[in-house]
Amino acid sequence: MLEAFNFRVLFDYMPLFLKGLWATAWLSAISLAGALLVGMVACGARLSKFRILSALAGAYIEAIRSTPLLAQLYFLYFGLPSLGVRLPEYQTGILALSLNSGAYMAEIIRAGVLSVSWGQIEAAMAYGLNYFQRMRYVVLPQALGITIPPLLGQAIVLVKDSALLSLISVFELTRAGQIITSERFMPAEGFFTTALLYLLIYYALKAFSSWWQKRLIFVQPA
Amino acid sequence: MWLYYFKQLVQTFPFFLKGLWMTVAVSGLSLVMGTAIGFAAGIVRASRVPVLGKLLFAYVDFMRGTPFLVQVFIVFFILPEWGIQLEAFSAAVLSLTLYAGAYICEIVSGGITAVPPGQTEAAKATGLNWFQRMRYVVMPQAMKTILPPLVGQYVLLIKDSSVVSVIGVTDVTRVGWFTVQRIPEGLMVFGLVGILYFVVCYPLIRLANQLEKKLRVDFGGL
Repeated sequence: MLEAFNFRVLFDYMPLFLKGLWATAWLSAISLAGALLVGMVACGARLSKFRILSALAGAYIEAIRSTPLLAQLYFLYFGLPSLGVRLPEYQTGILALSLNSGAYMAEIIRAGVLSVSWGQIEAAMAYGLNYFQRMRYVVLPQALGITIPPLLGQAIVLVKDSALLSLISVFELTRAGQIITSERFMPAEGFFTTALLYLLIYYALKAFSSWWQKRLIFVQPA
Repeated sequence: MWLYYFKQLVQTFPFFLKGLWMTVAVSGLSLVMGTAIGFAAGIVRASRVPVLGKLLFAYVDFMRGTPFLVQVFIVFFILPEWGIQLEAFSAAVLSLTLYAGAYICEIVSGGITAVPPGQTEAAKATGLNWFQRMRYVVMPQAMKTILPPLVGQYVLLIKDSSVVSVIGVTDVTRVGWFTVQRIPEGLMVFGLVGILYFVVCYPLIRLANQLEKKLRVDFGGL
């Protein structure tokens, strides 16, 4: 089955794949930053004392979590123009990925913040630390320890989800595989190479995640 | 204009219901088969069988490290090259089954590993054979850890089933995609698609949350 694998064509198309890899990397990086922003805002709203704000954030998070990303992507792709908003495809894609991942990020961040017990904050107050010091030296170090691994897990999901952008004709890694399939009719060369390059990103992120986990000293909440 | 399109959308609603039925059928079939594969693989993986374990590791890593879209393309475009011709529906069910199987394998092997080894040792000392140990001692306890993420995985499966619309399965996402060509109101059309997914997924998400609360495992003293 592999004797039919055409490495010469693969070699010809290597620049295309590398361009695709790069596109996937930066699309995911920007969407990740966007998702973190959306996640922090949504989490803040969810934990807020104002009922309406909290309910809105809750509705947003539930709506995103119970519908598929592809439907959300099409919702924006076909829907924004009828609102008079015309964005280039890649911007629609980044927007959809950020809004989608942001809802999951919000839940992760919320779990991290809530995991720091109130006693810790009280103790820090008793020591006379101000708000900034409490956050910097007491709350965040503990919250981060719990938050970073699932955040990286979500980052991996985001990179894989970015493959769907190829469906609204954004050029990225999966699109590169589609191009080699349609130009040379070589799906095996195209999609196995694509899969391999995704695995590369996956292992890199996984290695980073476990390195980070070893580095952090976990403070187990009582 | 908006009202006109809305009336048209109401007229096409039966097609959406048909699409929803297709979504339920595809994900239901893959859910059953994926669970079977996942449990078998998970038990093998947790029992540390030498060669098979390594193979399973590679399988799980491949499914978790590559986008589901690429896996669908591999099943749909590459298998025919090797003489396995599948129409869209079977290709969809096959790829969803393999995909869900990998994640469920992880969940199951994680759940089994979480059962304290003392339990197995005690069962051995009582003279139970492997099957009896699994059936009466390990699995009943492991199920508590397995069940909540398993239901969560089913939600992911239903949502990811939207991706198979790209190889021509007329699920609810594809019906939306068709409809938006005639009724150019993306927000309305994919809003409806989103609502239909929500109706299926949201109860499952609630169920997963309830299970998580109810089955909180405490292996504390062991």
